[in-house]
Amino acid sequence: MALIDILHLFHSFYRYDESGSVSGTKAALKDVTLSIEAGSFVAVLGHNGSGKSTLAKHINALFLPSKGDVKVNGRNTRDAGEVLLIRRDAGMVFQNPDNQMIANVVEEEIAFGPENIGVPTEEIWERVGDALERVGMTAYRMHSPDRLSGGQKQRVAIAGVVAMKPQCIILDEPTAMLDPMGRREVLRTLHELNEKEKITILLITHHMDETIDADRVIVMDDGEVVLDDVPSVVFSHVEELRSRGLDVPVATQLAYELRQKGLELPDGILSEEEFVEAYLKLCK
Amino acid sequence: MFKDITLGQYYPGESVIHKLDPRTKLSGTMLFLISLFINDKFIGLGLAFLFLMTMIKISGVPLRFITRGLKGIFLIVLITVLFSVFYVDSGTLLVEFWVFKIYSGGLANAAFIALRIMLLVIGSSLMTLTTTPTRLTDGLEKGLRFLNVIHFPVHALAMIMSIALRFIPILTQEMNKIMKAQMARGADFEKRGFLRRIRGYVPLLVPLIISAFRRAADLSQAMDARCYHGGKGRTKMKPLRYARRDFIGYLVLFSFLAATIAIRIMPCGC
Repeated sequence: MALIDILHLFHSFYRYDESGSVSGTKAALKDVTLSIEAGSFVAVLGHNGSGKSTLAKHINALFLPSKGDVKVNGRNTRDAGEVLLIRRDAGMVFQNPDNQMIANVVEEEIAFGPENIGVPTEEIWERVGDALERVGMTAYRMHSPDRLSGGQKQRVAIAGVVAMKPQCIILDEPTAMLDPMGRREVLRTLHELNEKEKITILLITHHMDETIDADRVIVMDDGEVVLDDVPSVVFSHVEELRSRGLDVPVATQLAYELRQKGLELPDGILSEEEFVEAYLKLCK
Repeated sequence: MFKDITLGQYYPGESVIHKLDPRTKLSGTMLFLISLFINDKFIGLGLAFLFLMTMIKISGVPLRFITRGLKGIFLIVLITVLFSVFYVDSGTLLVEFWVFKIYSGGLANAAFIALRIMLLVIGSSLMTLTTTPTRLTDGLEKGLRFLNVIHFPVHALAMIMSIALRFIPILTQEMNKIMKAQMARGADFEKRGFLRRIRGYVPLLVPLIISAFRRAADLSQAMDARCYHGGKGRTKMKPLRYARRDFIGYLVLFSFLAATIAIRIMPCGC
């Protein structure tokens, strides 16, 4: 059984007029079926309005399906009695770091989740210390979150989820408001958590370059899954991605255009190193 | 604009007063305020003054930090003093001009009231200066837990208070940003006249309120995602526990209260 099972998921947003009756609907998700294996690093790619954030909020039971089912660890999000367990297993980090912190001190911020699920006091202390170490923020334990950089704030937010001992962390565009430095910090932390702690990562993003190290890339457009494969295969569909309003990594783009001109470069080049290697091979 | 909010003006320290359980300090402040109103003699206020000064000395908070809170209430003190000077007509007549008569009783009464208000303010600011806002809300939550019996949402209120404190600096920053953006487009926040000035603040407050609502929506989702479901079944990283110093604190407080009551019922003319 996969960790997350999404079956024929539909989600519609309703617009209401002043009298409270429905004046318009917008289908955000149309028949999405996915399953995500435990321990994998999955990136969900799509431009604004593609339904990727809506999908993320379904896995955490923040949204409930209009039709279809979402199951985390075999628990259906429609089952109100299971919601807390689902949220404990599938933690979530949001885009704006300021709007997801409730405490004035880093260590108390991280303790918030464990406190909510009733972890005993001594164990909270252990978990907080542990989570701080996992994201490399131990030195900032007693700081106020207001004084931290964007990347540090997001790492604290990730630690807040890690302290709940989740099996999966869903991140809804965690780097959208960060500078390049902060983005690298956050991504490195995520890959470490995935490799060392075997925590499943579901990274929602619209930055191509954040997805090339993932195990799997899911491309969404207009509420549907349009591509779903390993990064090298997904990014070989250059035309398709462009038509969906998405870019491909620079190296992939260059290889694609050179191929159009007749150079025999292989498909699936993602990084500059791979490009250089393939190009040198070609020159010999 | 939020510079003047004294709540949360914590003066870090390691004194016994700092370490006291916030519940002890909260009820201590309450008892101190009650004692001020029990008093009807100068000697009683003198005792309260002595008590407060000892506490300040122990806390190690510099006196100028404490007296800073008095600036804000200067006008209130002045008005009450003026009223009691001119309205009380006991004692001997001291000065008389036009329709005003000043009696010795009036002067004594004015001094008494002014002293009482000042002690009141200093007493409560000593509590906020020695207690972090987090500990204060924790103290309120646990100390007022008995109100749960009448279904008063104590936990929710404490949570609201701590979130409000957390967002004060963020909203202040945001307000400065909006202010600069509006000034860059020609808004004038230094207009003359009360009404025009208030109207000038509308383009500042509307975006601020809208953004505050957005933040609130985001935050509530983030809290949901982290399994927040009210106070039920919630544990604490830093639970409040009374220590020996708290019992000593209560002992000191109640002896002070007893002394105050003794002075009140003591038959003497001072």
